[in-house]
Amino acid sequence: MSAGAVGRAHPRLEGPEKVTGTARYAVEYPLEDVTYGWAVPAAAVRGRITRIDPDPALAVPGVLAVLHHGNAPRLSPDVEPELYLLQDPAVHYRGQLVALVVAESIEAAREGARQVRIDYDTEPHSTVLTADHPGLYRPEKVNPSYPTDTSEGDFDAAFDAAEVRVDATYRTPAYHNNPMEPHATTAQWRDGRLLVHDSNQGSTAVQAALAELFGIPRDSVRVISEHVGGGFGSKGYPKAAVVLASLAARQVDRPVRLALTRQQLFGPIGYRTPTIQRVRLGSDADGRIAAICHDAISQTSTITEFAEQTAVYTRSMYAAPHRRTTHRLVRLDVPTPFWMRAPGECPGAYALESAMDELASACGIDPIELRVRNEPTVDPDQGHPFSSRNLVACLIRGARRFGWGDRDPRPGARREGRWLVGTGVAGASYPARARASAATATALPDGGYLVRINATDIGTGARTALWQIAADALDVPPERVTIRIGDSDLPPAGVAGGSMGTASWSWALTRACQELRDRLGHHSGSLPPEGLTVAASTADEIRAQKPMARYAYGAHFVEVRVDAETGEVRVSRMLGVFAVGRVVNPTTARSQLIGGMTMGISMALHEEGLLDERYGDWVNHDFATYHIAGCADVEQIEAEWVAEEDSDLNPTGVKGLGEIGIVGSAAAIANAVRHATGVRVRDLPIRLEKLAGSSSFT
Amino acid sequence: MREFRYRRPTDVDEAVALLDADPDAAYLAGGTNLVDLMKLGVQRPDLLVDVNRLPLGGVEPLPEGGLRVGATVRNSELAAHPVVRRDYPVLARALLAAASGQVRNMATTAGNLLQRTRCFYFQDTGKACNKRDPGSGCAARHGQNRELAILDWSEECVATHPSDLAVALAALDAVVEVAEPEGTRDVPFVELHRSPGEHPERETTLRRGALITAVRIPPLPAARRSAYLKVRDRASFAFAVGSVAAVLDLDGDVVRDVRLAYGAVAHRPWRAYRAEAELRGRPFTPELAGQAADAELAAARPLRHNGFKVPLIRAVTVRALTELAESRR
Repeated sequence: MSAGAVGRAHPRLEGPEKVTGTARYAVEYPLEDVTYGWAVPAAAVRGRITRIDPDPALAVPGVLAVLHHGNAPRLSPDVEPELYLLQDPAVHYRGQLVALVVAESIEAAREGARQVRIDYDTEPHSTVLTADHPGLYRPEKVNPSYPTDTSEGDFDAAFDAAEVRVDATYRTPAYHNNPMEPHATTAQWRDGRLLVHDSNQGSTAVQAALAELFGIPRDSVRVISEHVGGGFGSKGYPKAAVVLASLAARQVDRPVRLALTRQQLFGPIGYRTPTIQRVRLGSDADGRIAAICHDAISQTSTITEFAEQTAVYTRSMYAAPHRRTTHRLVRLDVPTPFWMRAPGECPGAYALESAMDELASACGIDPIELRVRNEPTVDPDQGHPFSSRNLVACLIRGARRFGWGDRDPRPGARREGRWLVGTGVAGASYPARARASAATATALPDGGYLVRINATDIGTGARTALWQIAADALDVPPERVTIRIGDSDLPPAGVAGGSMGTASWSWALTRACQELRDRLGHHSGSLPPEGLTVAASTADEIRAQKPMARYAYGAHFVEVRVDAETGEVRVSRMLGVFAVGRVVNPTTARSQLIGGMTMGISMALHEEGLLDERYGDWVNHDFATYHIAGCADVEQIEAEWVAEEDSDLNPTGVKGLGEIGIVGSAAAIANAVRHATGVRVRDLPIRLEKLAGSSSFT
Repeated sequence: MREFRYRRPTDVDEAVALLDADPDAAYLAGGTNLVDLMKLGVQRPDLLVDVNRLPLGGVEPLPEGGLRVGATVRNSELAAHPVVRRDYPVLARALLAAASGQVRNMATTAGNLLQRTRCFYFQDTGKACNKRDPGSGCAARHGQNRELAILDWSEECVATHPSDLAVALAALDAVVEVAEPEGTRDVPFVELHRSPGEHPERETTLRRGALITAVRIPPLPAARRSAYLKVRDRASFAFAVGSVAAVLDLDGDVVRDVRLAYGAVAHRPWRAYRAEAELRGRPFTPELAGQAADAELAAARPLRHNGFKVPLIRAVTVRALTELAESRR
């Protein structure tokens, strides 16, 4: 690794294409004879379609076809219930995509979709998550394969005996993934082969799912995802758009473009489940925690089970001899929740890191000191050693950089004109994992190198980071290296998700590049015209990893000001300090981290899916009414990292940083609001009326 | 969306005649609201009459004082106009508090006044709304109604008017110039918008086909010290949760004149006449401002989710007036 590209700031390789509009996204490839799809959402919540009348839609000039369960091509039922689309008349939630109109123009398709007449037999529905819902049950596991409940020691006895106790219930609403590029696909069938340009976080999985759904060999499906305009988890697995477009293209025997509307992103693509979380902490007067319990409730659908791992965060974060975590679910008549940036850790950390702040107040000690006092030496859950754990380093460095030392801990003590000012802190952690991937590296006769892996750059800078890593592994200047990603014809790789992208992909790339260097070292004479190619796969190596607790850590510091009369909250300052292993590209790393932190501001203050139980759906399903933090809401934001060498991770030593930025950030804001006003908000978002209406508010 | 025809007349009479002749026609100005609603299927005109080529631009000072603002003057242009900035800060601030830079560059003066409510249920053709579909019911009355009215609503409709500009114009006693098939007439701004009553689908007192050609803002020297305070859920690009436009004219400590209007509380921009009456002729104090707001808000009937708007509007009234009073000292 003497070339030294890793660690240097580099702008995105595809940046010029993106800012000049020449980068092509899924529905932007020029294509002759293309048609347009428009999905039709169900207007019933629970029931069955009794009749579909496509005639008014077919009468719209330009409409070619109306696909529905009565006429759509058949799919394999064994792949994934979510993807078994247009196959049966059952309606599981309002907004389920139950028909698709295909037309010569997008306008005709949209008008046609309005004109499809659908009758339903409806049944009573239940769409609101409550702590006493009669349908609550214990799932067999939680995502991805964690035990549902855990218990060590005797929590009840230790909690009862504790000198200081916190017992609080926190609630988070439904949050909706809203990548700028919606779920979008262009699908075309040629000679029994399916080619799709698709917006996803991993086209290897999309290729596999399509092949199984349509009962064709995997190599008859090609999925290209050259550029992807965000996903935040929602494109981590194939979803409705790619299946509908592929069905439609087969039906009309022409290429079909389909982009879901913004409104259709509120449901059919998944969302972060609402949660109800009870956290109990029992400590001595000095804040040494004896007992931790985190009980989490969330929802799933009647289609398939999705069990958010909300309380898993608490299993490994802070030390305590007596500990318990539980998860309960209820099946509601709602869309199936799905991954959204740090699923589990994000809502879970809001609850635990808020409770830690409450415990610090109850003990009368500084919230940073409280966390330091409860720092574990080994993973409290599994007993494994940590590969590295620099939470305390993040807290200490952040405290110094933020000016935490001057803080008056009394709530409501600092006023500047109309504003009450407060500061808050929270810890953060996120697992550092890797998935098996394959890659090839080729030495070309002209002295250049080509590296290939089906990685996906969803806007993170992955392409650039991998290019830097490959150059170092080949020990050549990066200008001599060409990288190809985003195509299922490339060596298969895992999704851009779980903060595992760079760790997984760079591992396979590094092995391929190292092997190529070895081979070149033994090679004499000129290279053949096609070059010399070696392939590598990491499946065995990853399987053989020794069990350890591998986590990224972080600490968030926030200053808020709260209007003393209106309750409006503004985040004046936000600082995140992270321990994420080696940082490959500081430019894109910082962007990822402050992106996560900004999403945390959004989560704390703005975002909330408002459900109307009578209709069974979220009524604020657009950007005018579902607010996401804008530039004006982010006044001063900085992300830094501590130097961290960890040789027990992967060859590059990266931990992944796509998700850690959001973990704990909402808690830091809620803790700062409490410090500013004296009001503890335990149900997000922190709307102004929750502050202005409080009796303790001055 | 529905196929529609498109015309771009250059003459006001022709535009009005086109609308008058076609019950499904609509004027298109900045398009920042209508085009969205067409995509959603909330409005389905068969003819768009583009008014952007009509001679309705320009901001002119009037001989007797005040301003005449052409109907197609963009929000950004009006907000930046030096006379608006100097003489009517309430207007400039209301404009700049609205939407985003991009939207303000497109949105017009008249179009802003005629924008439709942001009520969730109006925007979604799958839900009951008497305003969109008369007789279908009001889903908002017992639904998600945090953003909606606290004053003057009816069982048929609890929507609010979304404009910031309109709140300032209500406070300034503006006059709307209207072209109709029969000729032109002036409409006092406070009479432009209707209460919802039994017919929330009728939002203004204008007859079908009428075209707003200009807005006149009368001279009001006191408005040089005026304010628009907007409370919203994020720092930019959000509709008001509640807003107050205020002009305060003090003679010593005594309120010689005052203009107050509220936004996001009713189906129309809400001129707070009762509050003004409480204030006029009395020595100004923040307590008096609070009493005045109480007098106005005595008629408030909050919905399930918006009770907080009553103390919020009160607090913002007191703040706006107190800041104006203090700025004189």
